[in-house]
Amino acid sequence: MSSQTPDGRPYHEQPQWRNDFPIDWPQDEYVARRDFTKFLVLTSFAFAVGQLWIVVENFARKRRGRLPVRRIARADAIPIGGSLVFGYPAPHDACIVMRTGPQQYVAYNQKCTHLSCAVVPDPKRMCLHCPCHNGSFEIATGVPLSGPPRRPLERIRLEIRDGHLYATGREVRA
Amino acid sequence: MQEFFIDPNRCIGCQSCVAACSECDTHRGTSMIHLEYVDRPISVQTVPVVCMHCDSPTCAEVCPADAIKRTGDGVVQTARKPRCIACNNCVLACPFGVPKMKVELSLMMKCDMCYDRTSVGLKPMCASVCPSGALYFGTREEIEHLRPRSKPVNQFQFGAQTITTKVHMMVPRTDAVTHVDVLSAMEERPLDDVFEEIP
Repeated sequence: MSSQTPDGRPYHEQPQWRNDFPIDWPQDEYVARRDFTKFLVLTSFAFAVGQLWIVVENFARKRRGRLPVRRIARADAIPIGGSLVFGYPAPHDACIVMRTGPQQYVAYNQKCTHLSCAVVPDPKRMCLHCPCHNGSFEIATGVPLSGPPRRPLERIRLEIRDGHLYATGREVRA
Repeated sequence: MQEFFIDPNRCIGCQSCVAACSECDTHRGTSMIHLEYVDRPISVQTVPVVCMHCDSPTCAEVCPADAIKRTGDGVVQTARKPRCIACNNCVLACPFGVPKMKVELSLMMKCDMCYDRTSVGLKPMCASVCPSGALYFGTREEIEHLRPRSKPVNQFQFGAQTITTKVHMMVPRTDAVTHVDVLSAMEERPLDDVFEEIP
């Protein structure tokens, strides 16, 4: 027994909204097979599109996250035991490259892991020294040796191509 | 089939139904029934007002949130809590003044003929306590046997609106009454010309 319409005309002569929002509980709960199928198809379509979008977004993120390869200097421009400050990945991200042997180069971000002061090489103590709070880091690995810093310096990956030194990436270490 | 019959002549204004209704566990402390004075300055006669469960419920028609539903057996239910927006449309629209806005719950609550009881064959709370038989819940044969001089009517007139209800009102059998005019029972009568605009 369904409710009567205010104008007394049957339901199939009523505007669509009256059938979409019926007053009667059974009709309100009723889900037509066609509507259910429509819901299933549209929802699975939305899920599929979402998956595709995630794939595309991942690809784009990987492309965005790759750091540029930047030339620093000629490899023999730095004397053994010498150092050079350069910007990587952006020109104002100060990094320092040190030549520790004839063919050995290491590079770190200059930011001290304590409070971001610039570290400088200390040739007497053979370490990277932070003048702000007297912290020091090992040159070969970048791990903290003394003072307040607890985390190693951010390392810059280097490559030598045709006698030129290139920065190719960085390793953020905990 | 058991039906609800209201016999306002028999109402003695004892408020038993109001107390019984508010004792019900589904809405404890709040009565969904109230007594209306017919014409307080000249008489103490009261009329119990329960939901009449219209065939075309005006409250549900005006509900903008699609919250008021009528079950398959014709009982109009309290607004659905997740949908009700407490807009008061139903309260203003009901020809009988049944819906009640519970502002603290943001919910319209109304008489649902004790759906928890009547759907399993019990009498509604109000009908089970009424001492004078103004509220009666039973079969048509029972009411004809109990009230031989009355007949049930379920046609109402509210201005230009004709209402058919699930709940019946008892009128004298000898009268050629086909419907009850709701407006004539109202304490404050609207102006005569209010409904003349409506065809």
